[in-house]
Amino acid sequence: MIANDMSFFLIFLSAMLVNNILLMRFLGLCPFFGISSSLKASVGMGFAVVFVMVLSTGVSWLVYQVLEFYHMEYLRTAVFILSIAAFVQLVEMFIRKVLPPLYLALGIYLPLITTNCAVLGAAFLANDYKLDFFRSEMYTLGVSVGFFLAIVLFAGIREVVDHAPISKSFKGQPIAFITASLMSLAFMGFKGLFGL
Amino acid sequence: MKPLGEIGKGLFKENPILVIMLGLCATLACSTNFSDALGMGLAFSFVIVGSNVVISLVRRLVPGQVRIPVYITVIATLVTVADYVMKAFVPDLSRSLGVFVPLIVVNCIIMGRAEAFASKNGVWRSFLDGLGMGIGFTVVIALIGILRGLMGEGTISLSLLGLKDITVLSDKWYPGVLIFILAPGAFLVIGFLIALHHKIGDLLATAKARKTQSNLRQAATASPTVSGEGASTDDRQ
Repeated sequence: MIANDMSFFLIFLSAMLVNNILLMRFLGLCPFFGISSSLKASVGMGFAVVFVMVLSTGVSWLVYQVLEFYHMEYLRTAVFILSIAAFVQLVEMFIRKVLPPLYLALGIYLPLITTNCAVLGAAFLANDYKLDFFRSEMYTLGVSVGFFLAIVLFAGIREVVDHAPISKSFKGQPIAFITASLMSLAFMGFKGLFGL
Repeated sequence: MKPLGEIGKGLFKENPILVIMLGLCATLACSTNFSDALGMGLAFSFVIVGSNVVISLVRRLVPGQVRIPVYITVIATLVTVADYVMKAFVPDLSRSLGVFVPLIVVNCIIMGRAEAFASKNGVWRSFLDGLGMGIGFTVVIALIGILRGLMGEGTISLSLLGLKDITVLSDKWYPGVLIFILAPGAFLVIGFLIALHHKIGDLLATAKARKTQSNLRQAATASPTVSGEGASTDDRQ
């Protein structure tokens, strides 16, 4: 379990490897299976997730302090999703204006990840662990780098698997799931690391 | 379309998990045993039926530009209701499903059905569509739950229904393959299920093609001469 008395480095590693968001926690699987047939798109998606996740957890942490102040914690689900969606929209407009190269690289992925369950999930999890602001940010950074790592590795493997001779029923998604299963098995090797 | 057809399409042809392949997160994470899977399926069904009905009711009142935020608000409200009801009445289930109950809100199937179906159809048809999707989701996730529970521990958990677990494979001679209740097993089971679904779809398609072909042949042989029938039976052999 991740708690406030852990060091930043441990939080980062635990979120990235031991509890990998895609392979251990099953969050954000739609882009994982949808986009990973191309390595280039996966890298773009990975960067966009790192960017959005770190920012949106910060926003939702601030929003939660307001909710807590007014004792309206039951609004968490609705307020988190709406504030994240609105915030991503704002960021999109901002970088389109100020940083066109970044927009070209990440632009098409930004609206896609607004309703990505990994982004909202990371905000919920950081909130459930009752982390302070900087630990929340560190946790989300770990989570998103873990996402990046897993999706890029997976895309690399998938490009090879696509050319392998496999039976017709297993072509496409089924073999992708089985590949993911083996990757998940490999990531389970990190369990027990640092006694986490 | 007939009411039954509306429900039935969610079961096989447009099954939310196996064909549309959305909402995978909940499917994989909440299918460690039958109880959890059933609970997730019911919560999901409640939300999708409710959101389909509400969105279909307000579809003429909502201007096009703000429809997505309105849908999100409706869905988030229903999810919050489901979350708090589960926390109050089945706290154990709520604890084991954890963050995945509030995350129903970003389940793409619900949003997808709201946008593609409920915003264009009447209340009754939207209700049936939601019901069909809910049942299709529940059946598949419960099936995965049963399979993983059986292979992982040899039991079918019924704690949600207030019953004792059924032990199918006694641990005297079946030690249980722990991997199936851990993360890799979820990917493995669903991979094989989708492959099976492909296979069944293929078999049905070839059976159908063969049937129409033989129908055509019969129609062709019935009209001209008797000698044609002998040829067609030769063909079949």
